[in-house]
Order: sequence, then C-alpha cells, then structure tokens
Amino acid sequence: MLITAINLVYLIGATSFVIGLKQMSSPDTARKGNVLATFGMVIAILATLFIPITDAPNNYLWIFGAMILGGIIGYISAVKIEMTAMPQMVSVFNGLGGACAAVLASTELTQYANGATILNKGQLLILLITLLIGAIAFTGSMLAYAKLQGLVKDRHVTFPKHNIVNLILLGALLAMSVFVYLNMGDPTLWYIVLVLVLALLYGFSFVAPIGGADMPVVISLLNAFTGLSAAAAGLIYDNKIMLVGGILVGSAGIILTVLMCEAMNRSLLNVLIGGFGDNNHKAEDNGDKQLAKEITYTDLAIQLYYSETVLIVPGYGLAVAQAQKVVKRLDNLLSANGVDVKYAIHPVAGRMPGHMNVLLAEADIPYPKLLDMEDANEALPNTDMVLVIGANDVVNPAAYDDPASPVYGMPVINVWEAKNVVVMKRSMNPGYAGIQNQLFFHHKTKMLFGDAKSTLEQLNDEVKILDT
Amino acid sequence: MNVEQLFLFLENNLILLYLLIFTVILGFEVISKVPSVLHTPLMSGANAISGVVIIGAILLIRNAAPTDYFSLSLGALGVVLGMINVVGGFAVTNRMLKMFSKKKK
Repeated sequence: MLITAINLVYLIGATSFVIGLKQMSSPDTARKGNVLATFGMVIAILATLFIPITDAPNNYLWIFGAMILGGIIGYISAVKIEMTAMPQMVSVFNGLGGACAAVLASTELTQYANGATILNKGQLLILLITLLIGAIAFTGSMLAYAKLQGLVKDRHVTFPKHNIVNLILLGALLAMSVFVYLNMGDPTLWYIVLVLVLALLYGFSFVAPIGGADMPVVISLLNAFTGLSAAAAGLIYDNKIMLVGGILVGSAGIILTVLMCEAMNRSLLNVLIGGFGDNNHKAEDNGDKQLAKEITYTDLAIQLYYSETVLIVPGYGLAVAQAQKVVKRLDNLLSANGVDVKYAIHPVAGRMPGHMNVLLAEADIPYPKLLDMEDANEALPNTDMVLVIGANDVVNPAAYDDPASPVYGMPVINVWEAKNVVVMKRSMNPGYAGIQNQLFFHHKTKMLFGDAKSTLEQLNDEVKILDT
Repeated sequence: MNVEQLFLFLENNLILLYLLIFTVILGFEVISKVPSVLHTPLMSGANAISGVVIIGAILLIRNAAPTDYFSLSLGALGVVLGMINVVGGFAVTNRMLKMFSKKKK
C-alpha cells in the first residue's frame, strides 16, 4: 500500500521533470518549468527517504547530515557565483553529479569484490558502465571548468599526437572493463580500481585537446553523460525515476550538443577531435605586418553620439570585464540623444549559447533590443556604427573567404557591411580560438584597446561631455 | 550470451525497453524547439535533473549496515555531491531565469 503510494509519487516526480523541461524551452514559462522540476526532485528525494525497505538500518543521521552539508554548499555557491562565471559553475555541478554516480558504482563494486554481495552478469555490466561514464563526466567537467576559469591553458594539458594517446587510453579502459566483466567469478579489487583510474584519466585526456571555444559543446555533452550514468545507476537500484530522469537528461543533452554544433556549422566529431585552437589548422599568418588603425575616445564618442543607428556586438571580453552595466549606461546616454541602439547576439557568443542574453538581461537591457544573428545581418547595411566589444571569432570574415581557417563556413555577424566598425579589444592577440582576424585590418575598422569596462567608462565620460 | 538468452532477457524486460525508447524520444522532442537564448538555462536545468542520482546514494546508505563505515562514508560523500548538484543546479537556473522574467513586465 505505502509502496504503491510512493511509486505514484515517483511517477509524479518523473512527470514533473518532463513537463518542467518542456516549459523551460519557452521564455514565457521557463521559470515555472524550473520550479516544477525542483518540485519533482524534492518529492522524489522525500519518497526515497521514506520508501519502506524490509530490515533496512536506514542510518538517517548519516543521510540528513550529508544532505544538509551538500545543500548548503550547493546553495551558497549558486548564489555567490558571478553571472559571468555561470558556464564553469554549471560544469562543476555537472562534474559532481558524475562523481556521485562513480562513487556509488565504486562502493557497490568494492562490496562485490570483497564478496559481501553477489552480482549477476547484467548488474556487473551496468555497474561498470555507471563507473566509466560517471568518472569520465567528473574529470572531464573539472578540466572544462579549469579551462574556462583560465586556470589551465590548452597547451598545458596536450601533447603531440594527443588523439592517438586518447585512443590508446580508451582502448585500455575498455579492455580492462571487459576483463573485469569476463572474470566475474574471481573479482579482484585492484582490477576495479584500475578501471576507475583509467576512466578518470580518460575523462581528463578526452577534454584536454578540445579548444576553449568549443567548451560549451563539451559541457553539454558531459551533461548528457552524467544523465546516462544516473540512468544506469537507476537500473542497479531498480528505481524508475532515476532511469527516466537520467535518460531524459541524456537525450536532451545530446540534442542540445548537436544544436550547438549546428550553430557553429561544425560536426560533433570535428569538435571532439579538437579542430579549434589546434596549431596545425591555424590560418596562415602570411608574415607581412598589417597595421590596424586606432581611434581616440573623443572621436568615437562624437561618432556614436551623432549616429542614427548603433549596433553593439558583445563577446566574451564583455563578460570577463563585467562591463554589461557600463554598456547599459552608454546605451542610455545615446538613446537619450535619439540614437537607435541595438545588440547583435551571435548564437555562440561568449562561452555558452545564451550567455550574452543572460548578461545583458542582468543589466536590464530590454529584450526587444537584442537581435539574433539573421536579424542583425539584415539590419547591418543600414547601420551607421558597429561597436564590437570583446568579440572576435563571431565577427571573423575568414568564415566567408578563407577556406584554410578553422572558422570557415561558420555563420558570423557581417559587421563589415555597416558603415563604420569599431572593435574594442584588450590587445591585438588573436581570440580565444587562436585565429587571426582580418576584420581588424579592414578599411572600415578602427580599434580601441583596453579592458572593456574601463574603456567603456572613459567613453561614457566623453559622451557625457557632449551631452552638456 | 547466445540468441536464446538474449530473447529471454528482452522478454523479461520488455516494459523497461519501452520506457527506455519512449524516454529517449521524449527527450529529443522536448528539446528540439528551443530558442538559443534559453540554451544556457536549459542546460543548467537539465544538469540539475541529472542530480537525481542522489537517490541511489540515499538508498545505498539506507541499506548499509550501521557498522559498515566504508559504505556509509562513501554513501554520505555521494549524497553531498548529489545534493550540491541538485540544489546548486536548480538555484543557478532560477537565478538566470529570474533575470529574463524581470524585464518582461
């Protein structure tokens, strides 16, 4: 009776996940969807705490202690984190979910190796799968975090022929897992530990050669992995909501990954082999020094102030400098003088799709001012002034005319079609993907060097002088 | 595993198989029409849902003998990790989405 009731609660929980995700895919209902999914999780956890298990010791003190500790850590990190660091935070949370699955599988496998429990073939296989995917998601997500946070540079973690190393590692991992599986009559703890270590290493090594610009795709993929490991663990505990929730995240994560790849006009395989940021594929630097023209604050302020239409193209530089509120002030100053200020959002600007929308929303910039790539490209020929703030690869003309460039074929914002272009950038260094950008030497382009926030503040001061 | 065993396995787990296939299709369908604006919050929300693995950790502790400190401590570690994933994931998603709804009014 009670068991049936609790299974019904699981059913409601799983339904909440599905409807919640559905609502999260539309701007009007997104927040409700998140609340609904949270509700589903809360009732699922409560049901798990009280589902009757015959002769179970329960150990509630351990459970509640751990739940309170984890809850506090999770909540504080979620509330304290800067909006700009959101992508890496998601990666950390995702990694911990993977770690949880790996810890579960390790515990069960150790019990089995010690002879404390007996597994059938299917259970052993599923535990091994949970261990592999969970461990890979853990170290992979942690490296993705470290790369986005700037703690690790691509060249620190890659070596020549990295893809071959990865293949060997993967081969060893699979061979070891099969070995453990086939030797199930004689379980040895050290073999299982070796599988775990290999999986942890592979997760790290698998993300290592992937360029920073592709990190969102990787995080999304690892998110799918964590979902699959949760689903596999659900099979072990014969728990339907783990199964449904896990598979849902698995398939949703894979679709999201594919959508992101499409936005960059690349295949998933291409991303995983590590095309971006790979020196071998870097566009030719033909050696002759081209000169970029600089613009002064005063000139730029005057040009902006007397433009009719201004289009701002934000990129990761804006996020790093935390400059979204200063942009909003510039927008206010210009709009007060009748300038039509809009923003052009490339689908993969920043480090994650939607990253720029979240940032600009934080600064209270109205939704209708944000144009997506197609609308922006239509509006560009009639735009007086384009201000590129900390973006690089998403405005690179090489996407059209340089087949040797890694960004060739990627849809970009055609800023050079506007009447004037000013690029705000910290230095002439190539962007995150490590690709040279001919836009900086274009005859319509002028450069303004410096940190996005302080540059914009100085620009605001200049505009204010004009205003008085 | 020979073919006969395979068929037996499929026969015994037919409902599970249905569940598997339909959930995969459901996941694809739910996500396939999303504006790119919502990709980040959506990924974050899906990530929070994958924290459902915490249920396994809770079940592990509930079934462990009170003196089996190995399982208890690893289970507790699992609960802490899962809880960070769940609470942090939903809280971060909510923070992102709050900013979208604010300026809609």
